[in-house]
Amino acid sequence: MGIFSTKKSWINLTIWVIIIAFIIAAPSLLPVFRLNLLGRYLSLAIVALGVDLIWGFTGMLSLGQGIFFALGGYCAAMFLQLNSAGEFPNGIPEFFGLYGVETLPFFWEPFKSSIFTLFSIWLLPAIIAGLLGYLVFRNRIKGVYFSILTQAALLVFFNFFNGQQKLINGTNGLKTDVTQLFGQMVGSEIMQRWFFWISAVLVILAWFFARWIVRDRFGNILIGIRDDEARVRFTGYNPVIFKTIIFSIAGGLAGISGALYTVQSGIVSPQFMTVPFSIEMVIWVAVGGRGTLLGAILGAVLINYAKSLVSEALPASWMFIQGGLFILVVTALPEGVLGWIRKDGPKKLLFLLGINKKLETYPSLEVNEQGEVKS
Amino acid sequence: MTSPLLELKQISVSFEGFLALRDLNLVLNQGDLRAVIGPNGAGKTTFLDVITGKVAPTKGDVIFKEKSLIGQKEFRIARKGIGRKFQSPRIFENLSVQENLALAVSRPKTPLSLLMKSLKVKHLDQIKHLMSIVNLQSKANIRAGALSHGQKQWLEIAMLVGQDPDLLLVDEPVAGLTDEETDLTADLLKSLAGDHTVLVIDHDMEFIRRLDCPVSVLHQGHVLKEGSMSDIQKDPLVIEVYLGKTDEEEQ
Repeated sequence: MGIFSTKKSWINLTIWVIIIAFIIAAPSLLPVFRLNLLGRYLSLAIVALGVDLIWGFTGMLSLGQGIFFALGGYCAAMFLQLNSAGEFPNGIPEFFGLYGVETLPFFWEPFKSSIFTLFSIWLLPAIIAGLLGYLVFRNRIKGVYFSILTQAALLVFFNFFNGQQKLINGTNGLKTDVTQLFGQMVGSEIMQRWFFWISAVLVILAWFFARWIVRDRFGNILIGIRDDEARVRFTGYNPVIFKTIIFSIAGGLAGISGALYTVQSGIVSPQFMTVPFSIEMVIWVAVGGRGTLLGAILGAVLINYAKSLVSEALPASWMFIQGGLFILVVTALPEGVLGWIRKDGPKKLLFLLGINKKLETYPSLEVNEQGEVKS
Repeated sequence: MTSPLLELKQISVSFEGFLALRDLNLVLNQGDLRAVIGPNGAGKTTFLDVITGKVAPTKGDVIFKEKSLIGQKEFRIARKGIGRKFQSPRIFENLSVQENLALAVSRPKTPLSLLMKSLKVKHLDQIKHLMSIVNLQSKANIRAGALSHGQKQWLEIAMLVGQDPDLLLVDEPVAGLTDEETDLTADLLKSLAGDHTVLVIDHDMEFIRRLDCPVSVLHQGHVLKEGSMSDIQKDPLVIEVYLGKTDEEEQ
């Protein structure tokens, strides 16, 4: 990979050791409420990895990842609702009674199967993303138009889901915390601890998967598409296929992320498909470091943790802080926090502040500086 | 005689009524080296756009290896064996020299093979060979964006050759190069001709003279004259529309 590879892998390794040590220590250190929050944020890191693949690597800024995130959540919630529907009238989830629905809508049927659900959580969003992506990419829609289109698609899904009381409980969403799984309440402490572990493991697996995708020539083509799509075409590659595949993968990751987030927050609702939430996903990646997979994970977890801490201390101030953070990153750290660290940012900062006078690359500067101080 | 490698028949391209190319005819045989010159706006780049599928001609046909290219997608035309170098160097700046070349030589160019298979040994050898042709061996792991302008031009030519095309379309390869680099580029292109068919577009007369090959003069979208450089320079028509004009401007 380039000349920085050894230093880069050292930084990666260090951060990974910290992350894994923290994940292992967290269940015994944190109260279950905090642990649950951390689990949610780890699951959000998975959708961030997808955003990084399509935006950071391939240069397609999607503002509609909430669609796929919510779809994964709905798949999980429908299964859980059905799994514990036996005690309700007609043997169907309770909310149907509110709207006088007596038979289960047809598309709920397959979600009685746990196997089908486990596949649909990632496969359904991936297929929808693939179809949507193919149509868009085939017509060479890119840049700002692509962003606007994804946001419009998000609004379409949001409004559709909001209005479907009789099918999926509309704006109220589907609750999962009072449903049953393996004879346990999903919202119970023991289940939440399990979901934390599952999230932690899946983040790591998702990272390995994403790493494998961008590691070699496939990843280089994605970067090529980002930097000069016409050149890719004239080199004999069909960018449409590559973009469709990566958009579909990002959709699948978003689905997994949404399902894990749903079971840990206790509900899935059209709120997952609001415009600000999908934009936040982009901000996590921008702050963490676009084009650095680890940066996406760090961005998602740290920003969300900061969000919950700040919101507890100073309610209503978070939006300002988040906006400020975004502006700071765009102007001062265009490659995000991780990109900044990799490019010796901290060392330069210390030097600027006068704390660390040693700057390896400019020995002569160091002498001059000392000379001035002495005289 | 065998049939020509590339044949343009009566090509016309109209952009909202403006005729960028009109009734353009051109024949290239296997192994030819051909230069195309012409004043700005003569349609030189449009003419490459038509061959590579970027622009659909309003009228006429492009025959490559006895098959029409009209209506084909750019990447399919590229896979058939037409490589194109753009006017300003277009390489993948965020990839290393080696990675740039790896993308050019990879075959098949499908997502699955890029993801699942590693580069074949023969392709690795090919990359080494290409780097030695353009003198970039020592820069193999350097980010391509950090190369000098001339090295970028050469990297792009190397990528082109790496695609192993039958026809190389080279658009202004010496723009912004030093005299020495220009001479080296001319020698490089001459050495490529024979195995490949090479079509060079430029308006650097010294460079074209050094290529020492048949020249087609393009003017207002069609071929005004074809012949050797010395013939061209004596032709009164050519002098009037092209060379003469420059002389006047110089005065």
